[in-house]
Amino acid sequence: MEIKKTSLNKLHQSNNAKFVEFAGYEMPIQYSKGIIEEHKFTRSNSGIFDVSHMGQLFIYGDESLTEELEKIFPLDLKNLKQNCSKYSFLMNEDAGIYDDLIITKIEEGYLIILNAACKDKDFDILSNLLGSKFKMNLDNNRSLIAIQGPKSVEILNSIINGVDQLNFMTGNWFDSDNQKLFVTRSGYTGEDGFEISISNDKAEKFVEDLIEKGAQLIGLGARDTLRLEAGLCLYGHELDINKTPVEANLRWAISKSRLSNGGFIGSKKIMNQMQDGASQIRVGIKPEGRLIAREKTKIFNDTDKQIGEITSGTFGPSVNGPIAMGYVDKEFSKVDTKILLEVRGKKHPASVCALPFYKKNYVKGVN
Amino acid sequence: MSEVKFSKEHEWITLEGDVATVGITKHATEMLGDIVFAELPEKGSNVEKDGTAGVVESTKAASDVYTPVSGEVVDTNQSIVDDPAKINEDPEGGAWFFKLKIKDTSELDTLMNKEEYDKFAKETSS
Repeated sequence: MEIKKTSLNKLHQSNNAKFVEFAGYEMPIQYSKGIIEEHKFTRSNSGIFDVSHMGQLFIYGDESLTEELEKIFPLDLKNLKQNCSKYSFLMNEDAGIYDDLIITKIEEGYLIILNAACKDKDFDILSNLLGSKFKMNLDNNRSLIAIQGPKSVEILNSIINGVDQLNFMTGNWFDSDNQKLFVTRSGYTGEDGFEISISNDKAEKFVEDLIEKGAQLIGLGARDTLRLEAGLCLYGHELDINKTPVEANLRWAISKSRLSNGGFIGSKKIMNQMQDGASQIRVGIKPEGRLIAREKTKIFNDTDKQIGEITSGTFGPSVNGPIAMGYVDKEFSKVDTKILLEVRGKKHPASVCALPFYKKNYVKGVN
Repeated sequence: MSEVKFSKEHEWITLEGDVATVGITKHATEMLGDIVFAELPEKGSNVEKDGTAGVVESTKAASDVYTPVSGEVVDTNQSIVDDPAKINEDPEGGAWFFKLKIKDTSELDTLMNKEEYDKFAKETSS
């Protein structure tokens, strides 16, 4: 299959990107300054991320659409206000996660942002569940640009006036350069920031304008270290079809009002696990010293029994040390529990720790 | 000090008497990106030509460090363990990895000179 390219591919090239294949797309892993510099620039200034490979699914319909979507997602969508966003999951009957996503209520429908590797399958699953009653468009004509970091609000507001009035996890349509942009105040780095949905033919010029205002392009490498410091899950690592939201320690994302009556796919399993607890749970892990424990590293207790596995591990540039997340048996999930990580045949000490590793700077209330 | 020689695994080596100094090349550090962890062989241990003799990790991945020749490890550079970023800054100078008392100087003959290595690095990285 031919590798796909986003509308910013040429711009990445002219900014000396190193490319990798990610979910069938040629994506920049880093630019010339490298992952650590890019990471720190995002935390202190403003980083631009091409996330156009992600799916932008627009679903339009009447009020029955909300009812149908409540049969799928563990959310109180009836009480979700227009332009407000929620983090959620597409699950199977066993509450296994097909994908994690952000859903935003828009005029006459919903916008769902899906992971690149999952979007086509998600579309098929949702099409089957919803039937032909609603208009569904997995829009390949739009790019998705994230701008993250403390200076992003000022930079973006100088191009799209009014975005500074958005609260975190809300969005709206804005007019800029004779076109409609959908902007949400959100992101996946632990910083204040925005995601902008923009037509492909305008994306390059828009990003060039952001760069001129002082923001810089950031690759997938720093995106990974940023999200891991922020304690955020990445599909295919912390989340997959064999993990449930309760096991992933994401019960906060399940609307309380949906737990009494269920009625969404996977609700039985979720309600059981909420009551009895899951046998394994996602935790933060801090290795001692400088040791890096990568994905698939086995976790042991002090009597040589394997009690879990690392799902992501790297060096956190802002915390200046190694960080990881993984799943451990419930009885070892308490903060400060001592564990051992097997790296290159030797067991190294580590401890379970609270997430996030890096404190968030989200803007909670502008208005 | 002898001419600098290079291995296909992107290590450099120099010889002074029967003690060789080994590190990784600038080209290797450029491929790895920001190095954040280094592990060195134990002093007094014996390493075999082309065997693993350390690890470097970047933000992206872990890579083994191989020894281009056999010998006994007589010294290691603790400063790169304490501050792995030094490896990116000065890979072919102050950020050497270990020193070996070598057994067989003829093992050096199989390695590349600077010109050969630069050509090799260029060909293999494209």
